[in-house]
Amino acid sequence: MKLSCTVLLSVILPVVLSPSYSFAMHISEGILPFSWALFWFIASAPFLAWGLRTLTRRSASDLSSKPLAGMVAAVVFIISCMPVPVPTAGTCSHPCGTGLAAVVLGPTLGVVVAAVALLIQALFLSHGGLSTWGANLFAMGVVGSFAGFFAFRTLRACGAGPVVAAFAAGLLADWATYAATAMILAAGIRGTSPFWPLAGKIALAFVPTQLPLGIIEGAITAGMVSLLHKKRPDLLARTALAATEGEGR
Amino acid sequence: MKRATVLGALFVLVLLCAAKSPCAAEKWQGIDETVVQKIAKEHGREAKGALINTGEGDLQLFAFLVAGAIGGFVAGYYWRVLLEGRKKGS
Repeated sequence: MKLSCTVLLSVILPVVLSPSYSFAMHISEGILPFSWALFWFIASAPFLAWGLRTLTRRSASDLSSKPLAGMVAAVVFIISCMPVPVPTAGTCSHPCGTGLAAVVLGPTLGVVVAAVALLIQALFLSHGGLSTWGANLFAMGVVGSFAGFFAFRTLRACGAGPVVAAFAAGLLADWATYAATAMILAAGIRGTSPFWPLAGKIALAFVPTQLPLGIIEGAITAGMVSLLHKKRPDLLARTALAATEGEGR
Repeated sequence: MKRATVLGALFVLVLLCAAKSPCAAEKWQGIDETVVQKIAKEHGREAKGALINTGEGDLQLFAFLVAGAIGGFVAGYYWRVLLEGRKKGS
């Protein structure tokens, strides 16, 4: 069993890590008109400010908050530029990681770590763009983090275990991110075309790739949360698990 | 040891095959190209080059050096704070 898993990883990892596949879903530089790019910067700014304020407040009472946020930002950066080939669609895409960030840090800090990850990707990897940073942040950071957090919180409130809730958080964070990307893109490029048919067309085009990838992201999130729940339950107790008892944010 | 060598060789072989396959770039395009850029192009919007192109010459190397230096100082500072705590006077 152990050997077969190792062999499987030896085959899958290079395919996943191969540099020739480094393309993904972020909206590229120049796709959105200036007015829409500016709009999404303005829409994302309050959430980013809220996240930074949460980080400052939390780090005043807990010294490990910033290193933990930094570590999760590194995880989100890696996950969100990790192209995964989807054989059913013949394309590549990537998970988002914001579901995991929302569970471990809370949704507002999820926005902050997504902002950092997207900025580094835009600057160094031409993955997304600086002018579309606000739009990508809104889709992946704001929508992804809050969708993941509320999925986790709702399922926990209904009595689901943390691993099941984490699966739903990863799944919905991924799907919500791509649904938001479809709407942002449709709003920006539609010109005189009607909005909803175009948004539906883009969302449907995402489905063959993102349907299985969302499930993979759910499994990744569930696996990570399961590990943390066993090894470091204190990391979860301060945020999403606490939130189910009405304490965290 | 022997198993590790075989697995290592397998890893490198698959990596090379995946990276060098002539059809890989077309077949496994990202959905930014197959969906986002394609539909945007249909509506008259095309992707542009990066606003700050760090891929020119050794600029990317320099950028990674600066980012590594800043990141190293920040990581070192918080590592110290984490282990020793903040000084009361600061």
